[in-house]
Amino acid sequence: MKNLYLLVPLAPLAGAILAGFFGKILGRTGSHTVTSIGVAIAFLLSVVIFQDIQAGHVFNGAVYTWMESGGLKLEVGFLIDQLTVLMMMVVSFVSLMVHIYTIGYMAHDEDNWPAGSLAGTNSYQRFFSYISLFTFSMLMLVMSNNFVQLFFGWEAVGLVSYLLIGFWSVRPTAIYANLKAFLVNRVGDFGFLLGIGLIAAYAGSLDYATVFAKRNELATLTEVVTGWPLITAICICLFIGAMGKSAQFPLHVWLPDSMEGPTPISALIHAATMVTAGIFMVSRMSPLFELSDTALSFVIVIGAITCLFMALIAIVQTDVKRVVAYSTLSQLGYMTMALGASAYSVAIFHLMTHAFFKAVLFLGAGSVIIAMHHEQDMRRMGGLRKYMPITYATMLIGALANAGLPPFAGFFSKDSIIEAVHLAQVPGAGFAYFCALAAVFVGGLYSFRLIFFTFHGKERFREATHDAHGHDAHHDDHGHHAAEPHETPKVVTVPLILLSIPAIVSGWLIGTILYGNWFGDSIVIATAHKGVATMGHEFHGVVGMMLHGVTTLPFWLAISGAATAWFLYIKRPDLPAVIKQKSGVLAIILEEKYGFDRFNDWFFAGGARLIGRGLWQGGDQAVIDGVMVNGSASAVGWISGLVRLFQTGRIYQYAFSMIFGVFALMTLWFNRA
Amino acid sequence: MNSQLLSLAIWVPILGAVPVFWVGSERRTLVRWLSLAVAVAGFLVTLPLYTGFDATLSGMQFVEQAPWITRFNVQYLLGVDGISMPFILLNSFITVMVVLAGWEVIEDKQAQYMGAFLIMSGLMNGIFCALDGVLFYVFFEASLIPMYIIIGAWGGPNRVYAAFKFFLYTLLGSLLMLVALIWLFLESGGSFNILDWHHLRIGMAPQILIFIAFLVSFAVKVPMWPVHTWLPDAHVEAPTGGSVVLAAIALKLGAYGFVRFSLPIVPDASHYMAPFIIALSLIAVIYIGFVALVQTDMKKLIAYSSISHMGFVTLGFFIFNQIGVEGALVQMISHGFVSAAMFLCVGVMYDRMHSRMIADYGGVVNTMPKFAALFVFFAMANSGLPATSGFVGEFMVILGAIKFNFWVGFASATTLILGAAYTLWMVKRVVFGAVANAHVAELKDIGGREFLVLGLLAASVLAMGLYPFPFTEVMHASVDNLLKHVAASKL
Repeated sequence: MKNLYLLVPLAPLAGAILAGFFGKILGRTGSHTVTSIGVAIAFLLSVVIFQDIQAGHVFNGAVYTWMESGGLKLEVGFLIDQLTVLMMMVVSFVSLMVHIYTIGYMAHDEDNWPAGSLAGTNSYQRFFSYISLFTFSMLMLVMSNNFVQLFFGWEAVGLVSYLLIGFWSVRPTAIYANLKAFLVNRVGDFGFLLGIGLIAAYAGSLDYATVFAKRNELATLTEVVTGWPLITAICICLFIGAMGKSAQFPLHVWLPDSMEGPTPISALIHAATMVTAGIFMVSRMSPLFELSDTALSFVIVIGAITCLFMALIAIVQTDVKRVVAYSTLSQLGYMTMALGASAYSVAIFHLMTHAFFKAVLFLGAGSVIIAMHHEQDMRRMGGLRKYMPITYATMLIGALANAGLPPFAGFFSKDSIIEAVHLAQVPGAGFAYFCALAAVFVGGLYSFRLIFFTFHGKERFREATHDAHGHDAHHDDHGHHAAEPHETPKVVTVPLILLSIPAIVSGWLIGTILYGNWFGDSIVIATAHKGVATMGHEFHGVVGMMLHGVTTLPFWLAISGAATAWFLYIKRPDLPAVIKQKSGVLAIILEEKYGFDRFNDWFFAGGARLIGRGLWQGGDQAVIDGVMVNGSASAVGWISGLVRLFQTGRIYQYAFSMIFGVFALMTLWFNRA
Repeated sequence: MNSQLLSLAIWVPILGAVPVFWVGSERRTLVRWLSLAVAVAGFLVTLPLYTGFDATLSGMQFVEQAPWITRFNVQYLLGVDGISMPFILLNSFITVMVVLAGWEVIEDKQAQYMGAFLIMSGLMNGIFCALDGVLFYVFFEASLIPMYIIIGAWGGPNRVYAAFKFFLYTLLGSLLMLVALIWLFLESGGSFNILDWHHLRIGMAPQILIFIAFLVSFAVKVPMWPVHTWLPDAHVEAPTGGSVVLAAIALKLGAYGFVRFSLPIVPDASHYMAPFIIALSLIAVIYIGFVALVQTDMKKLIAYSSISHMGFVTLGFFIFNQIGVEGALVQMISHGFVSAAMFLCVGVMYDRMHSRMIADYGGVVNTMPKFAALFVFFAMANSGLPATSGFVGEFMVILGAIKFNFWVGFASATTLILGAAYTLWMVKRVVFGAVANAHVAELKDIGGREFLVLGLLAASVLAMGLYPFPFTEVMHASVDNLLKHVAASKL
């Protein structure tokens, strides 16, 4: 089996290497074929491994010893259990769909590059190489059985994300966004590495199984220097890493900007898979997090803030991709809240359903963008449903799932999270429950605002006469809106359809995944945290849950959110402008995204440059070089100048000095008694 | 075991320089190929050091001993252990890269240029395998001369100031070391054998004085804050090859001195002074990280980045645990590859644009995509991305530092953010974006020779990141032995 496991990440890696280094020889078709085959192999093998796991064959073993030092043996190895295999399937399936979709989306990528740019030649192949490399990295991350490989995958997906956000490297906004994404993620990784360091220092191993075996011992320790309870310190440090990767407040700032990348990667990396790495990691670490209520409390509060406050921003966005991006942030907040409520399985369940419906929303948005000739502003859309029925239908499914309405997948996972948060006992759970409920209303509102704004109402694209601005600006030969918007080709719509099926039905697996002890030992929940167990007792089948669902508050909040969207954007389209005008400061706060970007640019980026200049010009140049180095040099010069005064070369002066000296010595000698 | 491998490693490049000088700069093709042949031969003779190395032994291997100055019991005593052996290979490898890098761009006095590098390569090998105090000192000082000439003769417009600053700074530092060596000679009853000194009992006060004498000498070489300001000037003025050797090898000499002299000879003083050294190391990591951020000259930026990375080396040594020390050694090797590659990358651009200023660039990827890919790769290695060698050493030192003291680990881990910030911000401004000006638009992508040099370095960086096991394996026994010396009081 081990070779089979090895083949899962290596197949996409082989594709990436072939398309990356031999893209010119393989050509476009060759490149997208080898990469898609590589990912398809990974997916099929994941299914095979899934069957094997169902039969109870959990695997934990090393592939090779990466390094050994100071009693710490660091290996590259795999831990294949229920949690892993679920992630493998989600990652490889979404990745495969995105590979196929990309064939259509990037078909005319040469138009995105200025004439003569060599970076634009073979950019199509390069793109496929990157997304396959991403798939490899992500699979290495989820399949790891130790912290070093986890960190490798963690940073490697960050690297590919950096390369892909900045894929269109001639755009200033894209290369600003990718640097920002990398650095903000590095802030998270800083915490993550400290957590790993604490584990290595106190557990003496970085292997999951060994560390988990020592967890009760770790729980009794305090960090020697700081005096912190060790397990809390470890968990919070690790979670800071998750906050970076999974874009939790206040490290969320990079995700909206990451929309500068091509849409397929927004779907794959910045919605379905990479950003959920943090959620996965915390679930993987459930044996540790369960031992610290303080850490769980921190997690649930951060999740709650992200969930509600990012959803609010989605309401005022006009860029179709950014609405989906803020929606992703909000959904990630839900998952994080579930983690804080010790409902790891629920978080993973939402991760899975979200991967499908958010991929649908992003790829659907991409489809709209293609049809609109790379226009992303929803104010220039409207009424598209009759031109793009497939895109419309699939996006509607995505929106319904996103809003959490039955029978769509999002309903089951989101409702379970709200219930789990409701049942949670950790400090901050009450606040989180409020945020979760409020965000349901907001979620209904922004999801349907997106649908109504884009697909219903007046056909605003005809009146559009805009300058070629911004994001996906496309120097195409078609000219803007010369043709009617039309449905996108099959390579685009087929993945949409294939993804929208699990966006409906994956939720129905709730009984099996959540309440059938399906995760086995891969997730550990302390006996004191009864949330998921209680929910298991109250669960009476999928239909029962739906019937119960429509009688509860979240359902009606989502409905009223959707109704509000209908009222504001269909019934009275004049109202939003009025509301915006009347709400004054509030609207500005939301449009400014609470001022985080401004503050970070001013305080962190500006501050760091200021410190750097101060240390350089003040420290290095003025003090060290000015005073110490050149100062010693001038001191030498000054002393020698002084001494030179005595070296006159005039005999009478020397003679006079000698006589004076002899007299002085004689005087001393005679007076010594 | 009696072999002449170490002598070969020293003298093949030095003696090989003689025919290079003799051929002369007029016969350019011949000089190049001859230099390359000598450099490759120099590298090949070092390979048996790795293949024949017994990693289970903690003592010196490939020992050669002969009397030199019998009056003072000075010996021609050579030997390597798991700490020094990798640096001989690294140095000989980098020499090949330097010869290739200077292939076309050095038009003036090419024979002398190549010869100087070959001589320096041999001298530096001598430093890493000398086990006699005087022999070490002679190699240590002699290696300054070719570097001084390289900066002074093939350097930039301000080369004379830089060369003098470099020379005086490092010479002043090493004079105190000479005093310490003589003191140790007298105290040991007339031995210059460094290994004898490891067993010497020394009182606390002289220990501290000796430590300081060594510190001044080695700190300048590393360079540690605040005696680092010669390095950015030297790098900026040095030709590409000079920068490469300076960063990849010369900086390692000071750090090597700490493990060969300070730690085992005066362990009590080392422990006593450790908080001070750790503080200086952390200042190097953080302070210099910020300074690197605002540099406008690419070479200066990489020079500052080197100082910051070397801070990890001194930090790793002075936290006295195995993962820290081995991490520091791994960091030294890795930095040899990565900094060499970074300076070569700047050299590639400088050869075409004759500017090192970040502001003169922008959008290089549009005209030099192959180069850009390699440059971004090395930049990532410089930021410590896992699967590159840059990660391994930093990771190990950070783990060791957290074990030592959480706050030390905390401070050192800031490099994750700072290192990425200064490196990738430079990459953003130089490589990415639209073509900034007409000069960038006319750039030609790297040719086969440049691709070979950078590609070999990239392969090394990647190999060491994916499989560092062979690198750390050879160190274990020697580092264990070192730590035993450090743990035992010599009072």
